[in-house]
Amino acid sequence: MATQAKKTQVSMKVNGAEVDGLVEPRTLLVHFIRENLALTGTHIGCETTHCGACTVDLDGMSVKSCTVFAVQADGADITTIEGMANADGTLSALQEGFRQMHGLQCGFCTPGMIVRAHRLLRENPNPTEEEIRFGIAGNLCRCTGYQNIVRAIQYAAAKINGVEFKEAAE
Amino acid sequence: MIPGQFSYHRPGTLRDAVKLLADLGDEARPLAGGHSLIPMMKLRLATPEHLVDLAGIGELKGIRRDGDAIVIGAMTTQNELLASGEIASSLPILHETALLIADPQVRYRGTVGGNVANGDPGNDMPALMLTLGATYRLKGPAGDRDVAARDFYQGAYFTALEPGEILASVSIPVPPSGHGYAYEKLKRKIGDYATAAAAVVLTMKGGKVATCSIGLTNLSETPLLAEEAAQAVIGTTLDDAVLKKAAAAAIEIMSPAGDGRGPVEYRKHVGGIMVERALKRGAARAA
Repeated sequence: MATQAKKTQVSMKVNGAEVDGLVEPRTLLVHFIRENLALTGTHIGCETTHCGACTVDLDGMSVKSCTVFAVQADGADITTIEGMANADGTLSALQEGFRQMHGLQCGFCTPGMIVRAHRLLRENPNPTEEEIRFGIAGNLCRCTGYQNIVRAIQYAAAKINGVEFKEAAE
Repeated sequence: MIPGQFSYHRPGTLRDAVKLLADLGDEARPLAGGHSLIPMMKLRLATPEHLVDLAGIGELKGIRRDGDAIVIGAMTTQNELLASGEIASSLPILHETALLIADPQVRYRGTVGGNVANGDPGNDMPALMLTLGATYRLKGPAGDRDVAARDFYQGAYFTALEPGEILASVSIPVPPSGHGYAYEKLKRKIGDYATAAAAVVLTMKGGKVATCSIGLTNLSETPLLAEEAAQAVIGTTLDDAVLKKAAAAAIEIMSPAGDGRGPVEYRKHVGGIMVERALKRGAARAA
């Protein structure tokens, strides 16, 4: 059996703050974020790269932080759900959308959904419903049936684009 | 789920990576996007003592044209493939297929090199590489060598890679303009491996198939090139009888595992349907 692996120093930017820590190479990024940094908004769901609850934004990409080692993220710029609110502390357009459109029920998938939708809207500020559904295909929700999550993202897109949010006709 | 212990290495050049892998021996594995390897490590199906992370090696990145071929660096992600105008115009079947791989988060991390080098029969790119006649550039302690994709796969997770070798890039001859193509993948849900999938690249002349190549995913321990099926459609207008004949020839070489995606007979049956659909859609796209 291998002897205790040497710990490695990692440093990265998380929600705008420089952070560092000493980790075993096998430490997953999600554990570093939750346990070393005490940012527990990022959830651990399936731990098998399926559910997307652990999604964080890493150097402009949505990634499942249960499938990245903290050492791989050395030097990265990361945003978690805790970094999603506006600078003045008010809710971002997406957070407001999830609230207004009832985009959550139990709330477990919500941090991952919002962080993923954030990157989706950065890349495609005016997505169709189909593009939203395809864009959040790596995030599972077991409560909402996705209807209100899609509406929440549409609400946020409208707000970001400065247009009035209109619901599609039933 | 936390993987077993390992030491982490992050070389800055391909040369250093090859040296590290050669020095560390059998207990070392290269790490690309990690989206196959890390889940396997969590399940302790893989227990490497050393990971050699290839992420810091600039020469493994990027897509470039080299004469009549497109060369894709091994560490190019599926998402970068999707963003490439060169791929969309010259090798649209790669674009179509990348969209069917996993989900957005996984495509930001998953690499072309990892997908083709891992030898997982469920991966989609290997069958495409067979269909397109791609060649892999392998770099090892003894130097470089090129291996045709069709000679690379030996069994599930067994490839022509020798210890210490790294798959550095994939070279794909650009199919003629006006070629038809399709990748038909049946899967249970987004993110799943194929229950059965077929890749087709063909050219048409005067309403008849002039050239055709067919690849199959997850219908055997390795990706398959369905040569008799492809031969059966050449010179035809792809009428229903020909499609059935091609599907039957393809089914003949399939030997899928019976698993959660269905029993053997079902997977072969839908494998034949994927071949028919890919041929029809490919022909409709050909100029």
